[in-house]
Amino acid sequence: MLVSPLLGLPGNIMGHHRHAAGLAAALAIAVAGPAAAQSLTVGVGAPVTSIDPHYHQLSPNTAVAHMIFSGLTTTDGHARIVPDLAESWHAVDETTWEFKLRRGVRFHNGSEFTADDVAFTFDRVPKVPNSPSSYAIYTRPITRVEIVDSHTLRLHTAVPYPLMPTDLASVMILDRETHAAATTEGFNAGPMAIGTGPFRMVSHRNGDRIEFERNEGYFGTAPAWARVTYRMITNDPARTAALLAGDVDVIDQVPTSDLAKLRADQRLTLSETTGLRLIFLGLDHLSAEASPFVTDNEGKPVPRNPLRDPRVRRALSLMIDRGAITERVMEGAAIPAGQFLPEGSFGYAPGLAAPRQDAEAAKKLLAEAGFPQGFRMTLHGPNDRYPNDARIIQAIGQMWTRAGIRTAIEAQPWTTFVGRAAKQDFSAFLIGWGTSSGEASNPLRNLTATYDREKGYGASNRGRYSNPEADRILDAAMRELDDPKREALLQQATRIVFEDTGIIPVHIQKNAWAMRRGFAHDARADELTRAQDIRPAAAR
Amino acid sequence: MTVFLLRRLLQAAAVVLVMSLLVFLGVFAIGDPIEILISPEADQFERERAIKALGLDLPLWQQYLVFLGNALQGDLGRSFVFNEPALKLILERMPATLELAIGATVLALLIGLPLGLYAGLKPNGALSKGIMATSILGFSLPTFWVGLMLIMVFAVQLGWLPSTGRGETVTLLGTRWSFLTLDGLAHMAMPTLNLALFKISLVIRLTRAGVRETMLMDYVKFARAKGLSPARVTFVHVFKNILIPVVTVVGLEFGGTIAFSVVTESVFAWPGMGKLIIDSINVLDRPVMVAYLMMIVLLFITINLVVDITYSLLDPRVRLEGKS
Repeated sequence: MLVSPLLGLPGNIMGHHRHAAGLAAALAIAVAGPAAAQSLTVGVGAPVTSIDPHYHQLSPNTAVAHMIFSGLTTTDGHARIVPDLAESWHAVDETTWEFKLRRGVRFHNGSEFTADDVAFTFDRVPKVPNSPSSYAIYTRPITRVEIVDSHTLRLHTAVPYPLMPTDLASVMILDRETHAAATTEGFNAGPMAIGTGPFRMVSHRNGDRIEFERNEGYFGTAPAWARVTYRMITNDPARTAALLAGDVDVIDQVPTSDLAKLRADQRLTLSETTGLRLIFLGLDHLSAEASPFVTDNEGKPVPRNPLRDPRVRRALSLMIDRGAITERVMEGAAIPAGQFLPEGSFGYAPGLAAPRQDAEAAKKLLAEAGFPQGFRMTLHGPNDRYPNDARIIQAIGQMWTRAGIRTAIEAQPWTTFVGRAAKQDFSAFLIGWGTSSGEASNPLRNLTATYDREKGYGASNRGRYSNPEADRILDAAMRELDDPKREALLQQATRIVFEDTGIIPVHIQKNAWAMRRGFAHDARADELTRAQDIRPAAAR
Repeated sequence: MTVFLLRRLLQAAAVVLVMSLLVFLGVFAIGDPIEILISPEADQFERERAIKALGLDLPLWQQYLVFLGNALQGDLGRSFVFNEPALKLILERMPATLELAIGATVLALLIGLPLGLYAGLKPNGALSKGIMATSILGFSLPTFWVGLMLIMVFAVQLGWLPSTGRGETVTLLGTRWSFLTLDGLAHMAMPTLNLALFKISLVIRLTRAGVRETMLMDYVKFARAKGLSPARVTFVHVFKNILIPVVTVVGLEFGGTIAFSVVTESVFAWPGMGKLIIDSINVLDRPVMVAYLMMIVLLFITINLVVDITYSLLDPRVRLEGKS
């Protein structure tokens, strides 16, 4: 259970008129129990852009897809892979995965779910027209789909592919009979929004709200709500106000500045968990000579790029007081990070702790690297992407400046920032990475592996870090079907990357939801807000 | 009249063309839509596929020509984000915005005109001074702050009104409208007032200034001397004459409200066009941005036209033929 205890401080900022009403409502729910509390309204901070589960890979879309559809596998609140439409799976040989499917599952329209629907789904995924971000990356390793019987499936791959069960958690299964000619518009309009998930979609108004009703024939645990309204309230204060006014029961993406206030409010409860989003600094590894935003103390270009020296990178990392950032800038809504993932995740390297601030050691390292006088640098970052992003780079800029690296900071809108970062325009920049799969091969492949078009690695390696040793171990891990062996390899690769300070980890965000008293929520590490994770507090 | 209309139409076409070109160049200068839309986990192969799928692999001038060719056939392109026609998305959201904009304009006239008239007729009264002082607040308080304060007071503290959203709607002429249901009206109240606040102040000040100026005119003095009742002097002779600047400003403000009620719409989670355009800008959804701004240009040109026609009705001296 990850629901935080209510601090129970009396008195709140919002006045007392509604206080009594709120308590009365909470009591009514508590007394009447789950049977009476049948409808739920959720206020979410990010807009859902598509109901088509194969059109646009985006967290809010995934959350809604989890309510309407199901995958062969899925992830629990801690991002561990668990069965969904598949009951079990195992690797038959190096390049064949076998999935045993659940029997007796029906789509919302009564159509039966069989292995053929899975084959149809894998065929549709890469063919969805105009997709700005396709799910085909998860089905591409599959070279052949073999239907053994109506509820057994073999997936053949060209090379050993240990991530198959992990990847398939992202692919929602559709029905061949129903969806043979389905278009994205058909999903958005409603008629095609038919899956095997816990809820049926009743209506969808783009950018406004989605309404659901319970799928009485759901094969899993029946959700507590007969009706769910999923409202998109993108403005942070407005979302909080909607909760305080009782217009919505639960909100996600609670602004860090509101956390303390909401925690103290008797009418509310919070649910929190450590997330999977790492905030880190990327560094320019590409420029051998002058890095674009590094100069010496007189403002003249530095002939060699200091960021290519691991001692300099280590020094920069040691200058950061991560505790100050998580406690003061993030107001406790983050934990200091020393690697990609939080403890307990697959591939977490034990003992690789968040570096402690150590100005002396940093100074010594800089001197050893040939920069005893430091240098000047600009730290870039977005100002509208991550919680408090602009304030974090401000804090780091000050810490660096105090330690001898005179740092200017430049925060920009994400729209501008991300394009420039992708073109290696910066010397040092703040960015985030959400490991939705919850295991370490994902950031190792995307963030720190050598940029390699053929292998499809390092596509988000914006600083172009490259470490042949880490690449070699990662390659071995990606061929290793045995979980414990693979985890050991991933830990080893992670250690190499962070001991070399390929990127500078700052913190891992916590995810927070706030709800009216009388509601309870199982917080998810992957940030998804799904109605099936919410229930009346009295139940359980 | 025909020549006048024709010339306006040509002007409109030219402005629309320039606007579409500017947006194309603008989006290109800001950043790369693919970097924003694509899942960060996508590999190089997938990125290249997406760039191609959205037609972003062509040189910019070619993309623009493709767009122009389609636009001439009435196709303004499909949204990168929603994979639906941009025009359809905008038209779907339009009623929600129109409803607010019309509500706010009506409110501005209903409240602003009488108060302005009163303040103009009795410039030294305590009440008039109060009205004028309050109107300064209406001008100077930022919309997002007033919106949040309204929510805090009426939704959170008093619990009289719903905080956000559109409420119950009724389908009329194929679109959904909130103003026909009680619940819808309750949802509309705060965003409408929030949008209207600035306009009310504007109308008060314009009306007051107009009244004070007109009251000193010879024809008003003459009307009084003739023995007309004060009511007739005020409501016929003065009122008609002060309306011209009011109509101009309110007309333009109305256009501005439809096009750029972004702040109010996001504070109140009102699913109108303003929210659509700001969301589209955030993800560089170029087709929607282009279609939207082209529509806004057309809208402003239409409003200007209506304002000009209203002029000629209010003031016989203004002849449209004379202008053309």
